[in-house]
Amino acid sequence: MKTVSAGKRGDKVRSDCYIEITKKTSGGIKLKLQSKVQTMYGTQIEDQIFEMCRFFALRHADIIIEDFGALPFTIAARFELAIKRLEPSLTCEFLPDFNQANNYKTTKDRFRRSRLYLPGNEPKFYPNAGLHKPDGIILDLEDSVAPTEKDAAQLIVRNALRSINFYNSERMVRINQLPKGLEDLKYILPQNVHVILIPKVENAEQVQQVEAEVEILKKKHKIKNDIFFMPIIESAKGVMKAFEIATASKYNCALTIGLEDYTADIGTQRTTEEKESFMARSTIVAAAKAAGIQAIDTVFSDVNDMDGLRKSTEEVKSLGFEGKGCIHPRQVKAVHEALAPTEIEIEKAKKIVIAFDEAKSKGLGVVSIGSKMIDAPVVKRAENTIKLAIKNNLLQTDWKSN
Amino acid sequence: MKLVKNAAGRFVPTSVNGEKQIPYKGMNKYRPTGNKANPKISTCIDFPSDGNKVVINLREALKKAGLKDGMTISTHHHLRNGDVVTNMMFDTIKKMKVKNIRWFPSASFPCHSHLIKYLEDGTIHHIEGSMNGPLGKFTTEGKMSGTGVLRSHGGRYQAIQDGEVKVDIAVIVAPTADPFGNATGDRGPSACGLLGFALADSQYADKVIIVTDNLVPFPCIPWQIQGNNVDYVVKVPTLGDPKKIVSGTTEVTKSPDRLLIAEYVAQFLEDAGIMKDGFSFQAGAGGTNLAFALFLKEKMKAKNIKARFIRGGSTKYLVEMLEEGLTDYILDGQTFDLEGVRSMRENANHVNTSPFTSYNFHGKGNFASMLDAVVLGATEVDLNFNANVVSHSDGYLLHGIGGWQNCLFSKCTILAIPSFRDRIPVIVDDVTTLVGPGNLIDVIVTERGIAINPKRKDLLKAVKNSNLPIRTIKEIYNEVNELCGGKPNKPKVNKKEVVAVIKWVDGTLLDSVYKVLK
Repeated sequence: MKTVSAGKRGDKVRSDCYIEITKKTSGGIKLKLQSKVQTMYGTQIEDQIFEMCRFFALRHADIIIEDFGALPFTIAARFELAIKRLEPSLTCEFLPDFNQANNYKTTKDRFRRSRLYLPGNEPKFYPNAGLHKPDGIILDLEDSVAPTEKDAAQLIVRNALRSINFYNSERMVRINQLPKGLEDLKYILPQNVHVILIPKVENAEQVQQVEAEVEILKKKHKIKNDIFFMPIIESAKGVMKAFEIATASKYNCALTIGLEDYTADIGTQRTTEEKESFMARSTIVAAAKAAGIQAIDTVFSDVNDMDGLRKSTEEVKSLGFEGKGCIHPRQVKAVHEALAPTEIEIEKAKKIVIAFDEAKSKGLGVVSIGSKMIDAPVVKRAENTIKLAIKNNLLQTDWKSN
Repeated sequence: MKLVKNAAGRFVPTSVNGEKQIPYKGMNKYRPTGNKANPKISTCIDFPSDGNKVVINLREALKKAGLKDGMTISTHHHLRNGDVVTNMMFDTIKKMKVKNIRWFPSASFPCHSHLIKYLEDGTIHHIEGSMNGPLGKFTTEGKMSGTGVLRSHGGRYQAIQDGEVKVDIAVIVAPTADPFGNATGDRGPSACGLLGFALADSQYADKVIIVTDNLVPFPCIPWQIQGNNVDYVVKVPTLGDPKKIVSGTTEVTKSPDRLLIAEYVAQFLEDAGIMKDGFSFQAGAGGTNLAFALFLKEKMKAKNIKARFIRGGSTKYLVEMLEEGLTDYILDGQTFDLEGVRSMRENANHVNTSPFTSYNFHGKGNFASMLDAVVLGATEVDLNFNANVVSHSDGYLLHGIGGWQNCLFSKCTILAIPSFRDRIPVIVDDVTTLVGPGNLIDVIVTERGIAINPKRKDLLKAVKNSNLPIRTIKEIYNEVNELCGGKPNKPKVNKKEVVAVIKWVDGTLLDSVYKVLK
């Protein structure tokens, strides 16, 4: 008789559960449930488990559940995992209802100032992540997930994308390094994922492999909307091929850099002065801009050093980056503030936008302020500055009428 | 047990532990008349003329005080979870073979789970105060001989003053005292800050025993408790574990969600125009509350605003505000860390208060209603803004009321709470136990948005143009239920077996706690 387990247990475990299944040949389903929320949700949990047993045609088994207040999407993922560990040949998926609030779309050029990493096997962080208003949420299947729990994270992330409202944050997933990452796509692609982060990219081919797999899955699941890519460059090789990578797919929306791995690769360490990564960063910025996509900086890993985060963000802004990675929700606001336009920048942008409006209303092809001609990219940049200023409450939406 | 429906729609017993009860009559509807209770007449010639009231040990003091079966003994929670005296006292009472004590603490802590064996063997008949942690579990499972009575800090003063509770012996632990019985909490190896919770007991109990581990020659200055009210003084080697009496430092929460709630509260006070020169607020020691004070401090500094007074639970964060000139006074109800104790000792503008000044129903007014804003927690809030602070959704008693009920009378009462914990919704359709009527609760601040009581049209209007996420409580409720997988089930209880009752601040019965069926 085979016994399998899934999930987590222990004194410190919260909003998760541990499941053990022993398959039997007779006797029906025997469920032993011990739950922190027994009084409030004991019957609901039992109903959910019996429903899933019927779905997977599990008829005879002893099931032990230790529940630490797991939400339904987590229980479903843990139970499906246990069943699939019991019967690895099973391919059917038990999909929780798709939350209608999760149908929102994205655009290639939306703001990506902050992207908040959430470890793929830690569902307790999910329900409130979007409340901190990062521009993007990254459900991470890669480095934050233990190699033995990759299968667990695939199901947790799939269910989270269906059930959990991320409140208009862009819905991103970091897949594993190829080829494992191609398998990840099967789980996440049908769940209205917006951006795929591809780790450790060193050549254009890797991006194209992802694109090819995405095209197949889009056809299969009749997905109409665009799914964008954000290649992460994390090695010297990748830096040297940055432009090739940035232009590898028309679905690339941004290029980003992972400095922990990059500094290891070049045989050094990250310092607060960050001289060691200056060339790599500038290369990423130039490659991204030449390709017409966004340049996004790495994460700031000291969650207690808010001043350091602000300083680093201001610095990379001056290098040309438009966003930064966050590993803690409290970093989001600091990043947004550091990337916000200055008063001088806003005033300049206002003048340009107003001059552009005037030129348009007069039917002029050329925009100018005084004797100075203004190019189209400058106007676009000014419009972006205005949008950012409004997002940061530095400017009223109706500023033109004031 | 006969139950009647009170004005809040809750069923309460007509009699508790053999004493007739008055059901809650509605907000500000009950006014007792007659005279306040009187302590017995004492005569100074019965006491040592040299002022030395020291007796050899607690057993001797209890014996001299005339301890006998069925008496009411009061203790206080100044020493919080570091208290060893209460446990030692009941060990002594057990050895003296005295039974059926009514224990009347100002609060209980997990360290008092030691007393469960005395509840089981009949040494203690029942508890009137708070039933926290293991004591709450014991009570809710129907194992206590009598019925528990939960009162607020103000309600405790009220019950003593109007004679509802007659204290036979008050045992007051004092971090510093003199042989005459003058006592203070602001110094000594077990310093805890102030002794305000013991004030009523020192004035009204038949016999008053001071227990100290730091006996100084007369006079003990300051005398927070006056020796003129004291019968006996006992010196013991230690009052408890100083690390658990006050924490060395109080920690601000690191939880991003709680920080978000704290930030919303501070911004609410600013956007609603409550934060203005000369205003006042109360903040406690919970992690969210500390963070709120820090966020508010930044806003006050940015706008150059100074408070007239802050009510504590003081901590080093409030002390910093006092020392940086962001408030004229701290009016302190209890001190949570060593910085608070130091400040109270050294700074004349850090003033100690008592439930008499702050909360008492039978005073000619009290401070609670004068505060511009208070920030409190809760275990549950319902769609009518009714709140619970004593039990959890599984029906078990877990916390005391503390000053919570009394604080609800502020001009703007804010509950800063998560909308759910793990898979436990905090916003529910109906609270498990009613402790705070919704018409006193003005604002609920959660990580999912801020709900303003619809009757506070002024507040709704004040934040109309704020970018805070103002929502209805129903919207937050629906969202949380959806997330948790539907409405939570109610605990199975025996509606005929009341294990504890909740007093309102005026002494009437607001709600009952029932025996939980397993």
